[in-house]
Amino acid sequence: MSEEIVLSIYRGDADGGQEVEYSVPLTPGMVVLDAVHQVQAHQAQDLAVRWNCKAAHCGSCSAEINGRPKLLCKTRLDDYVGQTVHILPMQTFPIIKDLVSDVSWNYEVAKKIPAFKPATAVPFRMQQFDVDRVQEFHHCIECFLCQDVCHVLRDHDAKDEYFGPRFMVKIAEYEMHPREGGDRIPLLAHEAGLNMCNVTKCCTEVCPQHIRITDNAIIPLKERVADQYWDPLRALFRRKKESPTNQSV
Amino acid sequence: MAAQELATLESHQYDVLVIGSGGAGLRAAVQAAAVPGVSVGIIGKSLLGKAHTVMAEGGVAASLGNLDQWDGWETHFYDTMRSGHFINNYRIVEVFAKEAAERVLELEEWGAVFDRTPDGKIMQRPFGAHTFRRLAHIGDRTGMELLRTLQYKAISQNIDVFQEVTVTKLFRDENGAVSGALAYYRATGKFVLFRAKAVVLATGGWGKLYKVTSNSWESTGDGAALAFRIGAELMDMEMVQFHPTGMVWPPGVRGLLVTEGVRGEGGLLYNSEGERFMLTYDPERKELSSRDVVARSIYKEVQAGRGTPHGGAWLDITHRGPEFIKRKLPGMYEQYLTLADVDITKEKFEVAPTCHYTMGGVRVEPETCATNIPGLFAAGEVACGLHGANRLGGNSLADLLVFGRRAGDGALAYIQGRDDVADVPGSEIEAEMQRVLRPFSISQGENPYQIHEDLQEIMSNHAGIVRDQGMLEEGLAKLLELKERAQNMAITGSQVYNPGWHAVFDVQSMLTIAELIFRGALARKESRGAHWRTDYPDELPEMGQWNFVQDLDGDAVRVREVAVPVMPQELAQLFERGMAPGVYASQQQAKEK
Repeated sequence: MSEEIVLSIYRGDADGGQEVEYSVPLTPGMVVLDAVHQVQAHQAQDLAVRWNCKAAHCGSCSAEINGRPKLLCKTRLDDYVGQTVHILPMQTFPIIKDLVSDVSWNYEVAKKIPAFKPATAVPFRMQQFDVDRVQEFHHCIECFLCQDVCHVLRDHDAKDEYFGPRFMVKIAEYEMHPREGGDRIPLLAHEAGLNMCNVTKCCTEVCPQHIRITDNAIIPLKERVADQYWDPLRALFRRKKESPTNQSV
Repeated sequence: MAAQELATLESHQYDVLVIGSGGAGLRAAVQAAAVPGVSVGIIGKSLLGKAHTVMAEGGVAASLGNLDQWDGWETHFYDTMRSGHFINNYRIVEVFAKEAAERVLELEEWGAVFDRTPDGKIMQRPFGAHTFRRLAHIGDRTGMELLRTLQYKAISQNIDVFQEVTVTKLFRDENGAVSGALAYYRATGKFVLFRAKAVVLATGGWGKLYKVTSNSWESTGDGAALAFRIGAELMDMEMVQFHPTGMVWPPGVRGLLVTEGVRGEGGLLYNSEGERFMLTYDPERKELSSRDVVARSIYKEVQAGRGTPHGGAWLDITHRGPEFIKRKLPGMYEQYLTLADVDITKEKFEVAPTCHYTMGGVRVEPETCATNIPGLFAAGEVACGLHGANRLGGNSLADLLVFGRRAGDGALAYIQGRDDVADVPGSEIEAEMQRVLRPFSISQGENPYQIHEDLQEIMSNHAGIVRDQGMLEEGLAKLLELKERAQNMAITGSQVYNPGWHAVFDVQSMLTIAELIFRGALARKESRGAHWRTDYPDELPEMGQWNFVQDLDGDAVRVREVAVPVMPQELAQLFERGMAPGVYASQQQAKEK
């Protein structure tokens, strides 16, 4: 008989719940999502889990495995031999059922970001060297694991004060585009709450796409905000244009 | 239960309702919503931005000619018709080839950042059976870039987005025109009614019919099945594409796509004896032959006992060096390293054919994507006519853009002058609700997951990469038996986010489609493109005159031969020189010099 692995999966909804143990046969190279599907097909038809591509391209199957935010499809079970694998939904968002959380807040935030606004007409002439920087941000699969781990959102529940790392990456993608003609620096300084981030880099650590969120998106954006809002000469200039109530920085 | 739900039913009304939030659906919605005053709703089975479009890797085909100046729409047309083995609708292909480049540039305008050529233009890579370097790309995650760009474009417009909603039925009014859809929210299980003047279907394909597949759970043919049940004509259903290179090992990842970009960037195929077998099967195009040819070649090698340990072929790109591979194929590098413990910069890896795409689908009109049902439009993989008997890599992403836009325009033109949205009778809604809730009231019934597994077994063994009359007939008989069993699918739990319940509708869609694949494959007594019959091994000119169109005749499936539209002379002459138009033009100019 083949080796078995024990999964302890959270079963419940908004009214509460608890972890339930399931045992599944281990096959070579098996990922956690495979095991969850096994449970679904043979032991608990109504076990709720999101997934799509099973190849770490879509970012649907985000969850917390033994306390770490991870993609179920990219986490190998042979990393957990001899251990019970605890699988919980992302804790920063409200639960819908079992491993599925309500991530709709993220889609509301996305709508607040002004779209890309090219300064010149297509086709663009841009060197690879110039687009390398933004292409890193285009790797984002919107799994929201960075949002899940961000302590501003998770521990302080400050969702009305900070858009979160995912959307800093999105804004950086537009702002650093060589042909961008828009300006989202006031948005970052105010509503997007960039100053809420105190660069603990937890988001970078959990990113399954290895985007250097803090170093390459957040810090350069902070520099741009500082340039515009903290440079003494510019600040003087800006005070003439803006009403005092807008100056929250 | 249903009567009670009917009294409190949530209802929405739109000028244009788009079903499917992948590339084609989003492009259609963006187009329709660009007109002020037109209300647009879009429904997706998953969260926004997760649709199967993200899995497209290699690129989007468009004759920009950024690297090869001799490329143009004529050569893209030529390549697409040839790879489709001439049962494509020539006008659909013509429109497609002419408009693809413009649609790609539009993406750049909306924020997509393609890889660049040395002189700063959009980079294009070679791909199977494309005469020139043609696929605009972003590493090996082009589909994601396309989907994300369209997603953010859509949310910047006035479009209502419904996420994680499953449509179970389309309605027609007394004049036969489409009038709306009944759906339910996957999260809560609550029903929701959509009434609409026009409906665009953009629900993708049905790769989940097969066990070894590159497709996500969503690819269950819902749109095609929904349309078929209300009288739509489906065409070329026998044409299922098996991508030559899917992952083979470990078992959990079997079928996962390995982009054609690996071969596009120089990857070579070997059998277990170290022979580069594509030199034998297609000396001219070698590894970059069309997908049907490469998939069959790998299959034949394995059958001849020259397969790899887990029944595939070796793919080797190590000669391009680690830096190049990590830059051009970062997703593939990561995928093999994390899921299979293989470093593709250092070693060859195993690949085998995997079900990838369905060329058949809802029959549409080339200019507007209109179906035979008034007010119903279809675009993307669910539609039919562009790819013929075999799809070229990169053509599906271009398809989404070109015909997503055209379907949006088609819907806009259709709603002109139509002020009222037809009512959907309460009795029809209630009957559908009862049908949808039925699995809850059955005890000791069939497990939908088991039915799906059995269906995949039947399709893989009887309607896969290789077919013959006996195999197909036996498969169809098994399928009809399975359909009977599926009448009795039962589920447990509540209506709240219940995947078992959701699986019931996926399975119902797939069972509807599966029968059409068998009937189409039995009718096409020849081998053409992806449809390979060992009892009719040759491509037969008389068969090439027909598309097989299927629709409902009462409760029975009717299969008809419909003539493939004949190209006008100015297009037909492109094939008379024995070489691609771009190649011919370049040779002519060389001669003049």
